[in-house]
Amino acid sequence: MKENKKTYWKGLEQLNNDPEFVKHADREFPELPSALGEDGSASRRDFLKLMGFSLAAASLAACEAPVRKAIPYVNKPVDVNPSIPNYYASTFTSGGDYASVVVKTREGRPIKIDGNDLSPINKGKVNAIVEASVLSLYDKQRLTGPMAAGQKTDWKTLDAEVKSKLAAAGNVKIVANTILSPSTLESLNLLSEAVGGAEVIMYDPISNYGITKASETYYGAAVLPSYSFDKANTIVSFGADFLGTWISPIEFAGQYAKTRKISKEKPVMSRHYQFESNLSLAGANADYRTPIKASQSGLAVLALYNAIAKKAGAATVSAPAVEIAHLEMAANDLWASKGASLVVSGSNDPNVQVVIHAINELLGNNGVTVDFATPANFRKGDDSKMNQFVSDLKGGRVGGVVFYNCNPVYDFARGAEIAEGIAAAKVSVATNGTLDETASLVQYVAPDHNFLESWNDFEPKLGHFSLSQPTISPLFDTRQAQDSFLTWAGAGVNYYDFLRQNWEAGMFTQTETGGNFQEFWDQALYNGVYKLEKSAEALAPVGDVAAAAAAVGKTYAAASPAAELVIYTKVGIGSGTFANIPWLQEMPDPITKATWDNYLTVSQKWASDNGVTMFEENTQKAQITVNGKSLIVPILIQPGQADGTFGLALGYGRTKAGRVADGVGVNAYDLLDASAGFVNFDITSGVEVAVTGDSYKIARTQTHQTFMGRENVIQEATLAEYKQDASAGRYKPEIYKDGEFIKPSKISLWSGHKYSQHHWGLAIDMNSCIGCSACSVACQVENNVAVVGKQEVLNRREMAWIRIDRYYSSDAPADDLEGMEVASTNPEVTFQPMMCQHCNNAPCETVCPVAATTHSTEGLNQMTYNRCIGTRYCANNCPYKVRRFNWFKYHDNKDFAGVNVAQNSDLGKMVLNPDVTVRARGVMEKCSLCVQRIQAGKLAAKREKRKVQDGDVNVACAVACPTDALVFGDMNDPNSKVSQMLKIEDNSTSALKEVNEERAYHVLEEINVSPNVWYFTKIRNKEKNEA
Amino acid sequence: MQVTSSVRQPLVTGGKTYHDVTHDVSRQVEGKPSLAWFLAFLTAVGTLAIGFIAVAATVWEGIGMWGLNKTVGWAWDITNFVWWVGIGHAGTLISAVLLLFRQKWRTSINRAAEAMTIFAVICAAMFPVLHMGRPWLGAYWALPLPNTFGSLWVNFNSPLLWDVFAISTYFSVSLVFWYIGLIPDFATIRDRATGLRKTIYGALSFGWDGAAKTWMRYESVSLILAGLATPLVLSVHTIVSFDFATSVIPGWHTTIFPPYFVAGAIFSGFAMVLTLMIITRKVFKLEDYITMGHIELMNIVIIITGSIVGIAYITEFFIAWYSGVEAEQYAFINRATGPYWWAYWSMMTCNVISPQLFWFKKIRTSIVATFALSIVVNIGMWFERFVIIVTSLHRDFLPSSWAMFYPSWADVGVYLFTFGLFFTLFFLFAKFFPVINMAEVKSVLKSSSEKAAK
Repeated sequence: MKENKKTYWKGLEQLNNDPEFVKHADREFPELPSALGEDGSASRRDFLKLMGFSLAAASLAACEAPVRKAIPYVNKPVDVNPSIPNYYASTFTSGGDYASVVVKTREGRPIKIDGNDLSPINKGKVNAIVEASVLSLYDKQRLTGPMAAGQKTDWKTLDAEVKSKLAAAGNVKIVANTILSPSTLESLNLLSEAVGGAEVIMYDPISNYGITKASETYYGAAVLPSYSFDKANTIVSFGADFLGTWISPIEFAGQYAKTRKISKEKPVMSRHYQFESNLSLAGANADYRTPIKASQSGLAVLALYNAIAKKAGAATVSAPAVEIAHLEMAANDLWASKGASLVVSGSNDPNVQVVIHAINELLGNNGVTVDFATPANFRKGDDSKMNQFVSDLKGGRVGGVVFYNCNPVYDFARGAEIAEGIAAAKVSVATNGTLDETASLVQYVAPDHNFLESWNDFEPKLGHFSLSQPTISPLFDTRQAQDSFLTWAGAGVNYYDFLRQNWEAGMFTQTETGGNFQEFWDQALYNGVYKLEKSAEALAPVGDVAAAAAAVGKTYAAASPAAELVIYTKVGIGSGTFANIPWLQEMPDPITKATWDNYLTVSQKWASDNGVTMFEENTQKAQITVNGKSLIVPILIQPGQADGTFGLALGYGRTKAGRVADGVGVNAYDLLDASAGFVNFDITSGVEVAVTGDSYKIARTQTHQTFMGRENVIQEATLAEYKQDASAGRYKPEIYKDGEFIKPSKISLWSGHKYSQHHWGLAIDMNSCIGCSACSVACQVENNVAVVGKQEVLNRREMAWIRIDRYYSSDAPADDLEGMEVASTNPEVTFQPMMCQHCNNAPCETVCPVAATTHSTEGLNQMTYNRCIGTRYCANNCPYKVRRFNWFKYHDNKDFAGVNVAQNSDLGKMVLNPDVTVRARGVMEKCSLCVQRIQAGKLAAKREKRKVQDGDVNVACAVACPTDALVFGDMNDPNSKVSQMLKIEDNSTSALKEVNEERAYHVLEEINVSPNVWYFTKIRNKEKNEA
Repeated sequence: MQVTSSVRQPLVTGGKTYHDVTHDVSRQVEGKPSLAWFLAFLTAVGTLAIGFIAVAATVWEGIGMWGLNKTVGWAWDITNFVWWVGIGHAGTLISAVLLLFRQKWRTSINRAAEAMTIFAVICAAMFPVLHMGRPWLGAYWALPLPNTFGSLWVNFNSPLLWDVFAISTYFSVSLVFWYIGLIPDFATIRDRATGLRKTIYGALSFGWDGAAKTWMRYESVSLILAGLATPLVLSVHTIVSFDFATSVIPGWHTTIFPPYFVAGAIFSGFAMVLTLMIITRKVFKLEDYITMGHIELMNIVIIITGSIVGIAYITEFFIAWYSGVEAEQYAFINRATGPYWWAYWSMMTCNVISPQLFWFKKIRTSIVATFALSIVVNIGMWFERFVIIVTSLHRDFLPSSWAMFYPSWADVGVYLFTFGLFFTLFFLFAKFFPVINMAEVKSVLKSSSEKAAK
């Protein structure tokens, strides 16, 4: 603000220095009689008067209404308008995972994270963890200030002590997860210099070290390539869950979906083979999935190599023979789509990855689907360095250690050794935001800001930059970690300036557009991303595949009889960093539909051999022993699990994550083995599993696994059938009336609605839905959906408005109803997102006695919470069972405070969306098609005096969907994407739209409730219908 | 007046005179309560108190106290509701329909049957209120009251709203009918009483003077009310069945429901009347008024209605098969062979097989057998409603939502509460009100009493 030099007078008296005025100038209210006499003394009467007045005033004041917390701004901050959201581009990173995001803030509070459309990497999409991470800002567990030796301290003291101790420590190590930020690395360099050389050691909880190591061996450069699934016609994955958790799943899911979208005009799609032990998300979406033992996977890769090499005329490698179904077919398909195919492996074994590199090389995929010219920086953790560090730390050879926002005590294979070793270092510092397993063991904790309070930059891939900016001023007395580093380095600059300087000297000088830096910076900050045209040199093989193949041949076996444990990562919980976010704990796992637990996935055969059965949520516990370490875990029978293998998820068994996550599940990191120089997630020997006989309940949101052959629910076909007939797989019920068969929609008791303005609809492509559940978390955040906790999920009372029904195929014939309840050994999997279908003939609307659920003039089935009396008749009468009842008061209730954190404390409540009511106990709720967003879109259009255009309004689930499987829009608008997708013939005002897209269908068409949600048949790229 | 054949079995045995009737019935009201009555009453009040804990927990904490879930939104609540309403059918049927058909044997049992009806309907009415998420609002928002919300009105399309009208109409008519019948008897007690008792019964008898004109009016009102109540016997359970029949859920969406529900209601109502009357006649020594003949006639009604219900069950299965509707077929196969097979077969055994035992005269004239079977029938009828409600809901259209229902302690507690309420009211009635309609029994005495017939 400019200095204000103007002077104002109270009146002419002041200007003229009127003597009367001057006399009383020191008094605030000169016209009132003074309490003091002319001489400054007070009379007894005056004293009593004043006393009386004060007493009365004080008692009156005490009678006033309590102080309300809503305080109007005295000076309104720029850009903060009540009820108008602001959006800031920012970036999410964690353990090498990356997403460029847009943060929605309301009244200065970040409340929702969406993908940044401008990002060339995640292209406006997010996954469940990114979506939920906004709650990490409002975590009660966060440190509120610096700590020294377990006691609160102040920054000055901490800085002084840390600075001197680090300088004196000698051999300082800085441990971190993958650092994508060039400026952070720069600040660490300064710190390193200041303390006489500190090594930065990066590791990742979910390590992909094998690939970079293999690149080093085979190509001579330790880089992780960028993958392009969108350019691949044939995709072969050996245990890589590239849709769920592998390296950059948001990016890959988007690319993959492009190859899975088909239409009559373009009836082509990629063919996806998956060879794996656990049923992963990618495996669930594969056209051909072969369960293999982890011990076979290396040989399977070699066999594929040899098959391709034969076709390519290259030298084969010697490899033990192994029998793997569909492998030959995969080789043929790969060869047929040479140069447009992709082979990936989830193995962390560098030797296996060398062979994978070699296969892609033989197929000519290098430079097409495997891009070394744009190396990715995701997960560049180095397991061998980390191993060395742990040994050094344990051996007392580390003088000082700084943990930069990482938690290796919990999430590294040798965490227990780190926990022991920390005390041996002269000084130990952590910048972690919470007192987690690692931070609780160090001497100094200098808590970092949450990422939503921070400035930072990132380079996820070569030449791809992005920025993060604070979206709220720091809630607590925390300090950005980089500021701490700069302070301890004595750099005398704050990180924001440092960052700008870096960009000014770096990116800005390399840009060709010129201009001034401020403009460049503002634009980059506004966009959140910035791309420099630069690429690394293409790589050509320099290494030898034979050596790696020989090593693989030795490590793996064609038919090992031993039990094997494949440790995997869940889509929702990931590495466990965000385990304290209840939205993620209660997000049903896309495959098992289990919440609030990890468990041992076992094959159906093993279960029947060991007498383990599951009815509903009831199961038993097992003891798993891996090389002497034992864990007691519940058993979950998993169709598709390779026989002889077991699966166990990471990310659980936290002890110091906070109230939500502590004690949930078991910590599988304890079982990991890093002795081979890399963290091995496939444990193929020394595994024993024994049923303990104790019973246990796993809270699953879906306990019936098959769709019972119901064609009115799931409609699917193979690609070959689809090419013949675009309506292949469609179930078209017909009703006989007056001598002819007609569609159920042609006869109705209903007079029907007319939608003169908009007619909102949702089209769901079951072919591109991969089941990742980003939509369900997005919905939870957007609509203030309560979290109810494990017991209530066990009681089948989760509140999710959108769920993803996951169905397995069954081998039983259609008339064997009991047989159809059992899933196939290696089932086909179908995902069906299910939410309120917004029926035009809604069965819920007719039965509500008080008209609390009614039809809008735009086709929505709307729920009026404050009219609802909670008879639950609507929910009973809903054929889709999408209505959710508030069985208890979930907000402001100490019984739910431990799980429903977003509705139970002042801090947690900051995340609530003010546009959506928090529902009271005893009322029904359900998907509203984000009516608040529709309303906001309509109002924005009205303000601008124009019609609502397609894209102005989008529902939270569709925004989050990384594969664009959900398309929302106005079916009255012929130009809307949804109209075009459905090929709506006549965009009139009628409620019943004639849809010409052959794949589109209504679930339960025959009961003619006429939903506004359409599903597209699932098409599998298979030769014939077989699992 | 009807002519009664002399070969007919007398309706009142033991050679009772007019005075005997007055004395036998009134002495229960006038005497001190017996120890047995006290114990029974305390048990009932105790059950009521224990059950109240569950009711209070439900209202205080929420419907989550029950075992319901996202798939099964109604279970014990509506099962109990329909069960109690069904029981409430016998009273009106006995007093109204049998009055119109001039069945004189009804006179000894109609008072107690009507009282039972009213108490059963009160118990039934607890559930529509208690099962609401927000009963404090729902209790009056479900009524079409003028309000300040503008055009906001109840939804006349909803069968639940029809229920509100059906049950409240039934309750009011039954109450009025019952009370009008009580007036001459209250007057009798008033005339025999002194002091405070005289004042109270005097007030209750609305100044009955026993004049010919009064009797004439009494007869007319009874006939008019009987005429009004008769369609209600059919309408109440028909409308209750609409809750299910008009829905889309397989196993609910069935046109057979109205007659099937009405038959079932009469079935269970008669069974409950038998249960209560067998105890009452024993405790109050009224064997001469409620004779074996009454019991046998009621047992015959049970055979008939039980058979109707059995045919309805079989018809449902046939129609499910014949319809070719997959979900419908599955719903019925699931009833018989799914996880709730035991509920289905309990229902079949209790409702269809056990009443057929009454074809044997020995069984239908045995007090012990009748008492046992009357309870079996009501267990069966409870399971019928449970089967319809829970097994239809728990596996409907989308297999992803299929779930089981397990009752919680509060489900059991609320059910106990209504038992406590029912028996508390019934014991109060039995003590303070004439349990047999003296005036009407006297009217049949001349033609039907052993002594009078001589």
